[in-house]
Amino acid sequence: MPTHQDFELESLVKAKATRFTAPSELSKKIGIAIRQEDLISAALKKTIRRTVWPQWFNLGLSFAFGLLLSVGLLRIYPMSNDQEVLSQEIVSGHVRSLMAGHLADVASSDQHTVKPWFTGKLDFSPPVQDLKAEGFALSGGRLDYVDKHPVAALVYQRRLHTINVFVWPSESNPSQDMKPLSRQGFNLVNWKDAGMQFWAVSDLAADELKTFAQLMQQVAAKPAS
Amino acid sequence: MDRTRQFEALALPHLNAAYNLARWLLRDEYHAQDVVQEAFLRAFRYFDSFKGGDARPWLMGIVRNTCYSWMRENSRRAEQPLELDEDLENDAYEHGGHQTQNNPETLLMQKHESSRVNAAIERLPAVFRETLMLRELEDMSYEEIAQIAGIPLGTVMSRLSRARRLLREILTEVIKED
Repeated sequence: MPTHQDFELESLVKAKATRFTAPSELSKKIGIAIRQEDLISAALKKTIRRTVWPQWFNLGLSFAFGLLLSVGLLRIYPMSNDQEVLSQEIVSGHVRSLMAGHLADVASSDQHTVKPWFTGKLDFSPPVQDLKAEGFALSGGRLDYVDKHPVAALVYQRRLHTINVFVWPSESNPSQDMKPLSRQGFNLVNWKDAGMQFWAVSDLAADELKTFAQLMQQVAAKPAS
Repeated sequence: MDRTRQFEALALPHLNAAYNLARWLLRDEYHAQDVVQEAFLRAFRYFDSFKGGDARPWLMGIVRNTCYSWMRENSRRAEQPLELDEDLENDAYEHGGHQTQNNPETLLMQKHESSRVNAAIERLPAVFRETLMLRELEDMSYEEIAQIAGIPLGTVMSRLSRARRLLREILTEVIKED
């Protein structure tokens, strides 16, 4: 049974404790985030949607639709087949690293621990920078295998999100601007810089991943400390 | 109306309650914003599995769980949710019966000290803090709190009385410190 004191305490808390209200930009941010999410899931659903037409018609229709979709997609994303396969490999690598709980061979937030770890394991030295001050904390690195190469995978954390950055030497172009894309709900950014190619992949929002990629490029441009 | 608008119409009216819960649990405005955004995105992903009815406990439950996952992953900065001895509430009312003069509530009420009351609530363990603020600041029913926290009704009541008793102790200390 509540006592007189309980009522007093209740009125004190009600009268004096702060009711925090959400900053106005929060609802805008949420609106943007769910619309991005909606676009991704709608695109995925479209490819598996079925109609109630007879089977032969359905087959013909889906063939025509598939053709149309791939032509349309190719026009929107003029991407070579190689790039398509590669982006799929990157997403698989990211998902596998999270599923197997094998995110890092060297778990450290110190760039001076992570970078030397790769020496002797790879025939190149990936640029490693902690971006903790910018909100992307380095959490480690591991070896991975992408596109028939042993590659360096750098792991960063942003809030509850994990970012994998796959790095290996670029055989063709020494540099290339950032290319954002999304696969299975994951966002990817691909760029080439100073003879290396970079693939960043995460479930982080596309604009945040882009910010991350820009930061990586900026610090890579500075001489290493 | 498309899915995003439907979701917004359902979820955004509870944004302040969601933020208030996250802000009290995480005790930091920026982390609270991040976690609420993350929680709303999760809710949107599960939107198809929402069976209708009152959206508030459903949504607040997701916000709460996202807060606790965040706290677990950042346990250096925030405490772990406590394992509690729920039987301890049995003596919660033993200290009843004091006269109202010179008790911490009366003194603080007179002095208009919001910052002290806030600081005292912040010192409560997370599970008590959330129960107290959902009840007193959001005026939620015991049933709704039970649904949000995923605990039996009796546990809500015992946590609430334990929260009040602890808060009273902390407030008494705060007054003494003056």
